[in-house]
Amino acid sequence: MVNRALGAPRLTGPQPPDKPELAVQARAQAEPLIKAGDSHLADGIFSVAMLGCALCVLALVGLIVYELVTKSSLSWHASGWRFFFRSEWDPVNDQFGALPFIYGTIVSSILALVIAVPLAVGVAVFITEMSPPWLRGPLAFTTELLAAIPSVIYGLWAIFVLVPLLRLFVEPWLARYLGWTGLFEGTPFGIGMLAAGVILAIMIIPIISSITREVMTAVPNHQREAVLALGATRWEMIRTGVLRNARAGILGGIILGLGRALGETMAVTMVIGNRPEIARSLFAPGYTMASVIANEFTEATGDVYLSALVEVGLALFIVTIIVNILAQFLVWTVTRGTPARANV
Amino acid sequence: MSETLTPATTVASAPVSLWRRGLNNLVTGLAVGAVILVLLPLGAIFGYLVYKGIGSINWAFLTQTPKPVGEAGGGMANAIAGSALILLIASLMGVPIGIGAGIYLAEYGRNRLGNLVRFTADVLNGVPSIVIGIVAYGLVVLTQGHFSALAGGVALAIMMIPTITRTTEEMLLLVPHAVREAAYGLGVSRWRTTLSITLRTATSGVITGVMLAFARVAGETAPLLFTAFGNQFWNWKLNQPTAALSLQIFTYAISPFDEWHRQAWAGALILIVLIVAAVSAVRIAASHGTLKGAN
Repeated sequence: MVNRALGAPRLTGPQPPDKPELAVQARAQAEPLIKAGDSHLADGIFSVAMLGCALCVLALVGLIVYELVTKSSLSWHASGWRFFFRSEWDPVNDQFGALPFIYGTIVSSILALVIAVPLAVGVAVFITEMSPPWLRGPLAFTTELLAAIPSVIYGLWAIFVLVPLLRLFVEPWLARYLGWTGLFEGTPFGIGMLAAGVILAIMIIPIISSITREVMTAVPNHQREAVLALGATRWEMIRTGVLRNARAGILGGIILGLGRALGETMAVTMVIGNRPEIARSLFAPGYTMASVIANEFTEATGDVYLSALVEVGLALFIVTIIVNILAQFLVWTVTRGTPARANV
Repeated sequence: MSETLTPATTVASAPVSLWRRGLNNLVTGLAVGAVILVLLPLGAIFGYLVYKGIGSINWAFLTQTPKPVGEAGGGMANAIAGSALILLIASLMGVPIGIGAGIYLAEYGRNRLGNLVRFTADVLNGVPSIVIGIVAYGLVVLTQGHFSALAGGVALAIMMIPTITRTTEEMLLLVPHAVREAAYGLGVSRWRTTLSITLRTATSGVITGVMLAFARVAGETAPLLFTAFGNQFWNWKLNQPTAALSLQIFTYAISPFDEWHRQAWAGALILIVLIVAAVSAVRIAASHGTLKGAN
């Protein structure tokens, strides 16, 4: 064995081939641009490095699960399943029940969907089917601009503009005409579940609307032409030719919006009132899973308290993942035939 | 679809009944109404930001640190610098890993592992930002023993990676296979082809992905609450609590002081201008770039 550090002794003149088949190969690829051996080694290193980056993504999700599970085990051992069904949240006496937060998260998200879905689908229908072509680009861009506004700015605007509007005009009106439902009674504070629902709706409209647009664009044009040829009006064409074909994808977009609403933190924390109570009225203050973590995590004294907050985070993580996977599956069933598009 | 399909109106056929025509007009009206209702809050938010914010932005706001409660003046200079520091850390970690994973998916990922990574990236994309904050707290803050800019950077990097990975993959797949084959035919090795031919061709698209991810995390507050934590003073050390623009806006917005509310609006205006500039740059780059998307 030659010492590699010294290198093999250099010989002058043409070298006899070690093996006959190598000589044939060498003659075939006379003067390659890059030495074969070098590129094999470099290719190997490069592909391993890229593989490492890809494995990082896997490792990150693994780390998230590991961190959440280990850090919440204390609370899990203390309460078990009862954690999710008890409504008292009393850190002083180490009593933790997450029901008010689960309730607040579900109610504010459903309220957001009720407001956002008709508007978002309306916008998508207008942009894809009715708008003159010159207006389409600017409209799409403007609605997507709503998605670029950070959550904390939505919260700031909601505190100083939306909440006073609700308190002075919308809530008294709702209490007078819809008070009998029981959903709109009590003092109109402005701050509360309704404000959280409205600001969430504004935040998820761009997501639902852009997915709806994408799946409606994926509906082939001959569907539209066929319905129009039967003498349909434009609305009949949209209803039977487009919306019916795209409904699974639109549902996917709605569920994707739900996923965003469930995990949204800052804007909701700033306007929902942050009180761990379950009230029927939408005017009453509430609390969501994400906001309780945001508000109490840094001041959580005591291991069980911190662990309980992490358990709320784990529950939120599991729910949003299930919701997102379902949504992506639904969108995929509609758009699978069309070529991949960049989400610009 | 480039043209809007409209029903032919001049065809000589049975006239459309009044009810059907009326319904059609009603729905058109509703759709226009929806567009107006959606654009209204957008206009209101930008209008209010400019109206409230522009009067509070002055030299002191951009160069001074916050004053104690009760004293007028002071600014958010340390928060702007802190945000820049945290975003720099996040980009240094997130961009290379994200692009690398995207290259893997596009060039080597036609297998079961590739599908798993693709699926995991989508899952990671949907994880609520507050949960990412908890994880970064556990990983960095508990290990180091205190809140830090590094912890904030790690949290934001985790949020950037899936976006960058998926856009990089999509953009690399748009590069025609013939380009790669031409390079191989000249004897160029696979890694050189990927880096200087494929990635080079897709540069504008990849940058778009990076900027989108950047714009997405630039205004994030939730994951910074218990990682970067915030700071009233200048800090350039990576292992110390650091101020961030979004954190400062949050603290000021929920405070009871008028002077702080004023500064929150000013901070919000600066933040939104930075983000809109990034998004618009992306739009322009995407429409003038070498790749204009698949359609």
